[in-house]
Amino acid sequence: MSAQDFEASAGPAFPSVDRGRLVSTLGLLLGVALLLIFVAAPLVTIFLKSLQNDTGTFVGLDNFVRYFSSAGLVQSLFNSIQIALTVTVIACGLAFGYAYALTRTCMPMRGLFRAIAMIPILAPSLLSAIALIYLLGNQGMIRELLFGNSVYGPIGIVLGITFYVFPHVLMIMVTALSSADARLYEAAEAMGTSRWRIFWTITVPGARYGLISAGFVVFTLTITDFGVPKVIGGNFNVLATDIYKQVVGQQSFSMGAVVGLILLFPAILSFSVDRVVRKRQVAQMSARAVPYAPQPSKGRDRAFFVFCSLVSLFLVGILATAVFASLVTYWPYNLTLTLAHYDFNAVDPNGWSSFTNSLEMAAWTALIGTCVIFLGAYFVEKADTLPFARGLLHMLAMIPMAVPGLVLGLAYVFFFSTPTNPLSGIYGTMAILVLSTVVHFYTVAHLSFVTALKQLDKEFEAVSASLKVPAYKTMLRVHVPICLPLILNVAIYLFLNAMTTVSAAVFLYAPDTKLASIAVLNMDDVGDQAPASAMAIMIVLTSVSVKLLQVVVTRSLLARSSAWRQRDPG
Amino acid sequence: MNMVAKRPNRVRPAASIAPQDVPSDDVFLEIHNVSKWFGDFQALTDISLTIERGTFVCFLGPSGCGKTTLLRSIAGLERQSSGRIIQDGRDISNLPPSQRDFGIVFQSYSLFPNLTVNANVGYGLVNQGLPRAQIATRVQELLDLVHLPSSGPKYPAALSGGEQQRVALARALAMQPGLLLLDEPLSALDAKVRVDLRHEMKQLQRRLGVTTIMVTHDQEEALALADVVVVMSKGNIEQVGTPMQVYTDPQSAFVADFVGHMNLLHGTAQADGTVRIGSRTLQLDPKQVDGLSGDVLVSFRPEDVMFRGLEDATENQLQGYIESVDFLGAFSRARVRVNGFDGAVFEADLSANMLRDFGVDAGSTLSLALPRDRICIYPGNERTAGLVKSSTEERA
Repeated sequence: MSAQDFEASAGPAFPSVDRGRLVSTLGLLLGVALLLIFVAAPLVTIFLKSLQNDTGTFVGLDNFVRYFSSAGLVQSLFNSIQIALTVTVIACGLAFGYAYALTRTCMPMRGLFRAIAMIPILAPSLLSAIALIYLLGNQGMIRELLFGNSVYGPIGIVLGITFYVFPHVLMIMVTALSSADARLYEAAEAMGTSRWRIFWTITVPGARYGLISAGFVVFTLTITDFGVPKVIGGNFNVLATDIYKQVVGQQSFSMGAVVGLILLFPAILSFSVDRVVRKRQVAQMSARAVPYAPQPSKGRDRAFFVFCSLVSLFLVGILATAVFASLVTYWPYNLTLTLAHYDFNAVDPNGWSSFTNSLEMAAWTALIGTCVIFLGAYFVEKADTLPFARGLLHMLAMIPMAVPGLVLGLAYVFFFSTPTNPLSGIYGTMAILVLSTVVHFYTVAHLSFVTALKQLDKEFEAVSASLKVPAYKTMLRVHVPICLPLILNVAIYLFLNAMTTVSAAVFLYAPDTKLASIAVLNMDDVGDQAPASAMAIMIVLTSVSVKLLQVVVTRSLLARSSAWRQRDPG
Repeated sequence: MNMVAKRPNRVRPAASIAPQDVPSDDVFLEIHNVSKWFGDFQALTDISLTIERGTFVCFLGPSGCGKTTLLRSIAGLERQSSGRIIQDGRDISNLPPSQRDFGIVFQSYSLFPNLTVNANVGYGLVNQGLPRAQIATRVQELLDLVHLPSSGPKYPAALSGGEQQRVALARALAMQPGLLLLDEPLSALDAKVRVDLRHEMKQLQRRLGVTTIMVTHDQEEALALADVVVVMSKGNIEQVGTPMQVYTDPQSAFVADFVGHMNLLHGTAQADGTVRIGSRTLQLDPKQVDGLSGDVLVSFRPEDVMFRGLEDATENQLQGYIESVDFLGAFSRARVRVNGFDGAVFEADLSANMLRDFGVDAGSTLSLALPRDRICIYPGNERTAGLVKSSTEERA
C-alpha cells in the first residue's frame, strides 16, 4: 500500500509546499505585480500630474481652478454632457425597440437583423463620421434631409456615435429582455390584463436594470469617444477632443491630466452603477423561471419589421457609404469606380505599413492578452493560496473597465515616458501599444473567464491533489480544453478591438508603429477622405474575416468535442 | 472526550484481498481536538475521534453539522484552526492535500468531462510516469471492480449518474490510497440506483479492506453501510457507535430524534423513578432515571407502541384516540392522542394485519401500551426544547 511509502518521510509536521501550490502562489504574485505596474501605477501618475504644473512643480488644485475658469473648456464639458444625454435617449430608444423586436416578437428574419446590428463593432468609430460627411456634409448625397443645418457639429456627432454605440446597447437590452419569466405573462393574461398594462407592469420592470445599465454604458461611451467628434465635430468642442488638443496640440500635459480625470468621473460612476445593477439582475431570475416564448401577432410583428428595417437601413447605409466613398474616384465630380484609394503608399508616408502594424499589434494583443487574462482569472478563481492576493488581483482586473481609453493612453504617456522609469524603454514601441490595448480591454475578458471557470466543478482541484497531480497540469489538461471556445472568443474580442481602437493608441504610437485606425484619423485630418475610408474598410474586412474564421474554427472545435460536451458553453 | 470508532468483532470475509492481515485494534486515523472557525462561525468544536484500520465509518448529521468540514480537514482541503490529525502514525495536520494519502469521491462525481473513462481512472497513474501497458491493465482491473468493464472508451457524459459515480470510485481507488473519503456520494442519485450502489460500495470496501469515511445526511444510508456511525450536530460529536447501538440506544435526545422516527414528549421525572406526562404516570427502566429529575423529554419509537397481547397487568396502558392514519405500504402510521397527555400527540406504527383485525381508522379508540424498556428519557433543556416543537409541528 502506498501508505507504506510515506513511512520513511514520516516525521514532525512542518508546513510544506507542493509544486502546484508554489506555481499558483508565484502566478498570483506575478499577476498582482503586472496589474500594479500596468494599471495602478499609470493611473496614480496621471492623478499626480494633475496636481503639478508642466514643469513638474506641485501646484495643488491650481490646474482644476484654471480649467474651470477657462470659458472654452467649461463649454466643452457642457457640450459633452449635452451630446451624451441626447445619444443616450436616442440610442436607448432605438435599441430597446430593436431588442424588443428580436426577443419578444415573431418578426421574420430576426437572425439577419441581429447580424446587421453588429456591423458597427467591426469598424473604427471614425468610419461612421466619415460616411456621414459623404451623406450629409457640404456636398453630401442626401444633405437636403438636414434642411440647411450643418452636419459638422452636434448633429453629426450624435448620429455618428449612435451608430457606434448601437451594438453595445443592443446586447445589454437583448440580455435584459431575454430573461423573462413566462409564468408572469401567463398569470397576467389569465387575469385579463391589457397588453399595454402588461408591458408597463411586467416587461419594463423586468428589464429595468438592463435599461439603467445600458443608459450608463451609452453615456460613458459617448462622453469618452474621440474618433467621431474629431472627424465631424467641426468647431464644436467636447472633452475628448479637448484632451487631445491640450496634449498633442498645446503640449500642456497637466491640463490634459485634468481633463482626463474629469473624463474618468462619468466612467467610474457608470461602472459602479453597472456593478450594482448586474448583481440585482442575477438575483431577479429564479431557477424555476420558465423562458418566455413570443406568440405571433401580425400587426405587431409587421410594425417591428418596418422599424428594424429602418434602423438596419441606417446601419447598412453608413457602411455602404464608406465602401462607396473608398471606391469613387473623386466625389462628387468623378463617379468612376477605382481601387486607387487603396494604394495607401501613394497617399500616406506610412502607407500599407500602418495596416500591417495593426495586424501585428492585434495578433500580439490577442495572443498575450488571452494567455495572461486566462491565467489571471484561473488564479483568482482556483488558487487555494493567498486569499488576499486573489481578491486584490480581481479588484485590479476590474479597474480598466472604468478607465476611458484616452485616459489610459495619457496615463501611459506620463508613466512610461519618464526617463527614470526602468520600463521607459518600451515607450514608442509596439510593446506599449500591445500592453495598453490588453489592459484597456482586460475587464470584459477577465469577467468572461471567471464566469466560465466558476461553472466548472469546484472539486477538480481537490480530486487532482488526491491523485498527486499538480493543479497546473489539470488546468492544462482539463480547464483549458473545456474553455477553448471561450478562449477563442476572447482572443477574437481582443483582436477586433485592437484593430478598431483609436483612443489609447493615439497618444502612444510612434511613426514606425502607426496603426491603421490612426492612419484613418490622420488621412482624414489632411483631407484625404477617400483613402481614409479605404483604410477603414480594410479594418472592416479584416474584422469580418477574423469573425468568419472564428465561426468556422469554433464549429469544428465543437464538432470534435461533441462526444464529451453536453451543451455548448460558448 | 475521546471517541473510538472501533470495528465491531465480525468474521473477516474470506475473499479479503487486503495485503496483510491487520490486527483488529490497529488505529489508523487519530483526530485530536480539532476545531474549525469560519470567521465568527465555529464549524467544528474540539473534535476528537479515533478510527481503526479497515473500518467503514459514516459521519451522519443534518446539513451544517460540520460533517463535511471534518472530512475536508482530514483531506487537507480545509485547514483546521487548531488540533492535530494523525494518519497511519504520520502527523498530517499541516500537509497540503497532495502530500496526504487519500482517494476522494464527491456528490457531483467531479469527473473530468473532456477525458474518457479510461483517462479519468488513469489520471493519477499517468502522472506517475508508469508504463502505458501497466496503466491500461490497472485501469481495466479497476473498471472490472466497479462493474463497468467496457465503459473505458466512453466519455462521462455518455454514462448515467450511477455509472459516473462508479467511475469516480474507481478513480479514487486507482492510487491504492490508505483512506477512502466519500462526500455524500449517493445523494445525487435516484432512489433505486442509490440502494444498488450502496450495496456494491459496501462489498467493495469489505474486499479491499480500505479504511473508509463517508459523509451523509441520510440515516438509512449510514445505518445500512457503516461499521461505525458518528452522529454529529452543530460541530460536535453526539454519539459514536455501531448502527444498532445508535438506533436502539441513542445517547442524546438529538440522536434519538435524528436517527429513525422518534416520538418526543415533554414530561417530568419523579422521585419514585416514574415519569409524568400531563396527568399520566409512566413506569420506566430504572437505569433511565439515573440522576434525572424535573423537566425531561420522553422518547419512544412509533414501532414500539404495543397494541396486541395487552393484559390487565400490562404496565403503561393507555386509551388512544386515533386522529388520522397515513397508509405507508407495509405498515401505516397513526397519529394518536391520549387523554391526560395535555394534548400531546404521538405516532404509532400499525401493521397491515392490525389495521384489518382491529378495523382501525381515524376516529377509533384503542388500548395501547408503552413498554417500559422501550422508553428513554433525556434532560429537557433549551438545547433540546426545539426538538419537541419540530417533532409535533412537522407532523401536524
